[in-house]
Amino acid sequence: MADPKAPGANPLGRWAVIGTPYLWLLVFFLAPFFIVLKISLSDTTIAQPPYEPLLDLSLGWQGVVDWWSGLDFENYWLLTEDELYWFSYVSSLRIAAISTVLMLLIGYPMAYAMAKAPKGIRPALVMAVILPFWTSLLIRVYAWIGILSPEGLLNAFLLKIGLISEPLYIMNTETAVFIGIVYSYLPFMVLPLYASLEKLDHTLLEAASDLGSPPWKSFWQITVPLSLPGVVAGCFLVFIPAVGEFVIPDLLGGSETLMIGKTLYNEFFSNRDWPVSSAIAVLLLLVLVVPIALYQNVQSREVEAKK
Amino acid sequence: MTSKRFALTLAAVGLALGLGGEAFAQSKEVRVYNWSDYIDEQILKDFEAETGIKVVYDVFDSNEIVETKLLTGKTGYDVVVPTATFLSRQIKAGVFQKLDKSKLPNLTNIWPEIYERIARYDPDNAYSINYMWGTTGIGYNVDKVKKALPDAPLDSWKLVYDPENLKKLKSCGVMLLDSPEDLLPSVMNYLGLKPDLTNVKDVEKAAEHLGKLKPYITKFHSSEYINALANGNICVTVGYSGDIFQAKTRAEEAGKGVNVGYVIPNEGAQLWFDQMAIPADAPNVENAHIFLNYILKPEVAAKASNYVSYANGNLKSQEFLDEAIKTNPAIYPTPEVLGRLYTVSSIEDSKVQRALTRAWTRAKSGR
Repeated sequence: MADPKAPGANPLGRWAVIGTPYLWLLVFFLAPFFIVLKISLSDTTIAQPPYEPLLDLSLGWQGVVDWWSGLDFENYWLLTEDELYWFSYVSSLRIAAISTVLMLLIGYPMAYAMAKAPKGIRPALVMAVILPFWTSLLIRVYAWIGILSPEGLLNAFLLKIGLISEPLYIMNTETAVFIGIVYSYLPFMVLPLYASLEKLDHTLLEAASDLGSPPWKSFWQITVPLSLPGVVAGCFLVFIPAVGEFVIPDLLGGSETLMIGKTLYNEFFSNRDWPVSSAIAVLLLLVLVVPIALYQNVQSREVEAKK
Repeated sequence: MTSKRFALTLAAVGLALGLGGEAFAQSKEVRVYNWSDYIDEQILKDFEAETGIKVVYDVFDSNEIVETKLLTGKTGYDVVVPTATFLSRQIKAGVFQKLDKSKLPNLTNIWPEIYERIARYDPDNAYSINYMWGTTGIGYNVDKVKKALPDAPLDSWKLVYDPENLKKLKSCGVMLLDSPEDLLPSVMNYLGLKPDLTNVKDVEKAAEHLGKLKPYITKFHSSEYINALANGNICVTVGYSGDIFQAKTRAEEAGKGVNVGYVIPNEGAQLWFDQMAIPADAPNVENAHIFLNYILKPEVAAKASNYVSYANGNLKSQEFLDEAIKTNPAIYPTPEVLGRLYTVSSIEDSKVQRALTRAWTRAKSGR
């Protein structure tokens, strides 16, 4: 028997530990992705399932050949022919980007205040940020309809105190979509920010202050750079799901709010065109892989730096 | 054709029911998949008591979702209730099985005129029975429309599709169905075109007209108008008859003085049918037939109609209907109005479908 403390002593356990996340990715990400990719290369038809060709293994090798020769990139060409898809992608990215900036502006002071609060009440504050998750997202978005609609709470309140004389039309506009997204995703921004601000070394700020640095300068030169990992994590955590958001724009947005999630829904459900909607999904994934890869890059550099 | 409200919540409830049913997955059950808010629950209880067959009842809120599930296959449902325009295509895709009419003696109760019209979608009525049928017309807030447009043409599509009229109604709120298959034919009808979806040029003309109306439309949505109309958030909508009656009932219950009306315009309106059919891979075919035969009982069909405020295709059921339902010409139109109602063909060409969805998106978003 070899020394059990030596690295790699139990290769089986080691491989199991390393292999588990890969297996997870293979089963729950790669395999579904290849199914989607496969459908995106086929053609729509009235059948069950509504696309062709289908892989018929009972025909043996000939079945595989027939299936393979029926695949093509036609659906991707279709996406380039109509500017609708391009507009939808750009509009989704724009809405997600603006929402992310808004969340950073709101979330940073929140996280900062939480991190500065007395130690005893911090868990309660974290709890308060998480609390909305106890209610379903759908119910919370529906609640916004009740608040924002022309006869809703907000307008009733503003009319009552005399601030406005006509109801504000916020519901079914892009403003409502921003409100919905910012409200729903804000905790995902606040929590990583709080995590990085809370473990900030306060002696650094004291030292800066002793050396005559004004508070705003210390904040800008010490707190902000040190909280950057939290900022990056928060931004990606909210930006990526916001790009593919469907429920919020569907419920709160107007008909001119074009987002890729809605376009994909239309292709899949209204047109019953699984191949084209799969092609949209594959492209959406590519659009999202770029920021995810960037994020990975930043993170791995950080890990390197810490070594 | 009912509501989309709390869509996911209901779906979740449905799921819970479905899972709960696993324990009973033996032979004495029937799994029904119907529109949300579309049956008097007492009917299901009575059926269970009479036959000893347990009903596992799930609900959905859009034809598209049902179609997607059916096309994926192995839904596990024994009875599904799509709208006829969708059913027609699903029959061609091989989703449903032919009914065994020897097991449906109550078919003698049907309303031949309605079934003749349904035969357009389901030749010889081989695959389905009618559950409910209705019209797509105009729902409005009586007082608000009167105020915004004193000489409103309440009996015509002009009320909503004439830009001059709609402009004046904008201030009190306008919602239209977010369903090109149900809305564009009525625009075509207003424009004097044949209200059908086979001619791509006509579809585009109608969508273009709708694009002109866009600035005056608060929202396109297929179910929000029920609450919006009941709360007074909007004053006019184009929607499904029964949904608008539901809004009327809710407005009356709320007691805030919102008075809702429904009208089938004089030019004619779209007639639609929600059909009960049995999937080809249904696990309990026998029980499904027993369920359909039960629904075909005159008293049962009447009970369902009394509850949902839609007409049914069961002629003998009419003697059991509530007076208010039977005598309401917006639910049971006069023979003369019935003659003016039109049906719209099912779309089978994927190019036409794509053109329709695209024209619709363009009308709504300007893109």
